[in-house]
Amino acid sequence: MKEVAFGQYYPVDSFVHRLDPRFKLFFLVAFIAAIFVATNFYGLLVCAGVLVFVILFSRIPAGKVLRAVRGVLFLALFATLIHVFFYAGETVYWSYGIICISREGLISSAFLILRLALLVVCSSMLTYTTTPVALTDGIEAIFHVHVIARIMSIALRMIPSLMEETERVKNAQKARGADFESGNLFKRVKAFVPILIPLLLSAFRIAEDLGDAMESRCYVGGKKRTKYKKLCFSWRDLLGMVVACALVAGVVLLRIYVGATL
Amino acid sequence: MRAIEFRDVAFSYGEGGFRIPKLNFSAEEGEFVAILGHNGSGKSTLARLANRLLEPDSGEIRVFDTVLDEKNVYDVRRRVGVVFQNPDNQTVASIVEDDVAFGAENVGLPREEIGRRIDFALAAVDMSEYRHAMISRLSGGQKQRVAIAGVLALKPDIMILDESTAMLDPRGRKEICDVVDRLNREEKITVILITHFMEEALLADRAVVMNRGEIVMEGTPSEIFSRHEELLTYNLALPRIGEISQRLREGGMSVSDTLDIEKLAEEIAACVS
Repeated sequence: MKEVAFGQYYPVDSFVHRLDPRFKLFFLVAFIAAIFVATNFYGLLVCAGVLVFVILFSRIPAGKVLRAVRGVLFLALFATLIHVFFYAGETVYWSYGIICISREGLISSAFLILRLALLVVCSSMLTYTTTPVALTDGIEAIFHVHVIARIMSIALRMIPSLMEETERVKNAQKARGADFESGNLFKRVKAFVPILIPLLLSAFRIAEDLGDAMESRCYVGGKKRTKYKKLCFSWRDLLGMVVACALVAGVVLLRIYVGATL
Repeated sequence: MRAIEFRDVAFSYGEGGFRIPKLNFSAEEGEFVAILGHNGSGKSTLARLANRLLEPDSGEIRVFDTVLDEKNVYDVRRRVGVVFQNPDNQTVASIVEDDVAFGAENVGLPREEIGRRIDFALAAVDMSEYRHAMISRLSGGQKQRVAIAGVLALKPDIMILDESTAMLDPRGRKEICDVVDRLNREEKITVILITHFMEEALLADRAVVMNRGEIVMEGTPSEIFSRHEELLTYNLALPRIGEISQRLREGGMSVSDTLDIEKLAEEIAACVS
């Protein structure tokens, strides 16, 4: 089976794994806020530094973390190229027609790529270190909506099943002579239709099976439900909370005193 | 006492769809019943009717003393656990213990009790050491044992296995059969094993053959398998062992019509010497 990076729990025992899911959600929000509040490279550098510590304390191998970035590489490159070529900056290095490369364009693309990478890495750290059940409990505790939380956790739990199914359908179509590798972009996209339709059908089938299995085990939604794993705030979360607040405060101070790079 | 009973149950999936005209079936408390039938014989529909995932058009279904209706669905599902076919599509959580806890959480048991139930259920299916493992990394047989544990955590009186071995390799099938057999003997759980593997039916006290929504044969597994001609008309074959003894007899060897491997081996040895 193909290794899926995004959204998959990575089972080791670490400081970050033991944090309360509610706190981890709070941290993610604070971190995202910090990324967007930061208007200079120092701010982003502080964010990156904190993230490196989070990764170190989570005992997730670096390869895994990088794989999460690889998932959005295409999007990042595309956005960066557009930025580099079409940003209307003042210090122009090179131009041809509407395309121009400027100092401001380069800086702003660097920002974009850094922000995107930090965003993706931090969000995948959440799912690497939190089981879908813990995540459901966390979201439920914050928003008091069981159904939404349940849907999200099942969606996460279904990613490997759907990946496997995709591979199966793809192989089945290949065996019957389908060609996904040659032709121009348009042709290749079109070649995916025979994968998408069976995949959609099996997604419905999986959903129906799972629904039956859940109902058979007396599932009726959030009412009356008890929980085996209790959420509890510990000293770890308190420590993390301090770090998260310090991060946001630091980035805000840098923004005020150092000012924007652009 | 009757654990489950279908009385004149009729059901159809709508106009022109599959239909059960009239079904009478029962299983005694502590009994192990195998339901055999080829695809589309109605055996899975029977499982779904038993815990009211499907509602019968007419007739009644009793679980012990309770007649199933929409009000007691919840209680009945606690007593009638169903394990389904696909090992990948019936686990809710990513971690073994979280999934086993799911049913027990749904019925609102206190935390300590859920913990005890997880201990019990995982020990019963011999998966205790995988308590914190990721389900997606387990083998098919192990996943199915987790699914059984998830049902066991509700402490059901009746367990229905709806072709739960169909997607497993021979080793996984054996794992499941061993677990189910043990649960029936030691925990006294009434087992209804729906399968199209004839070998598995040999474990049962009683076998029932279904065809087109009706029960067409009933008896001990050896009785059923001694009527091979009839089985063939329902598109069912003999278990391997029965087939061997039948062929030997056709070839002129004087062996009895047995499904016992040891016995057949002795008889063959006697013939040869």
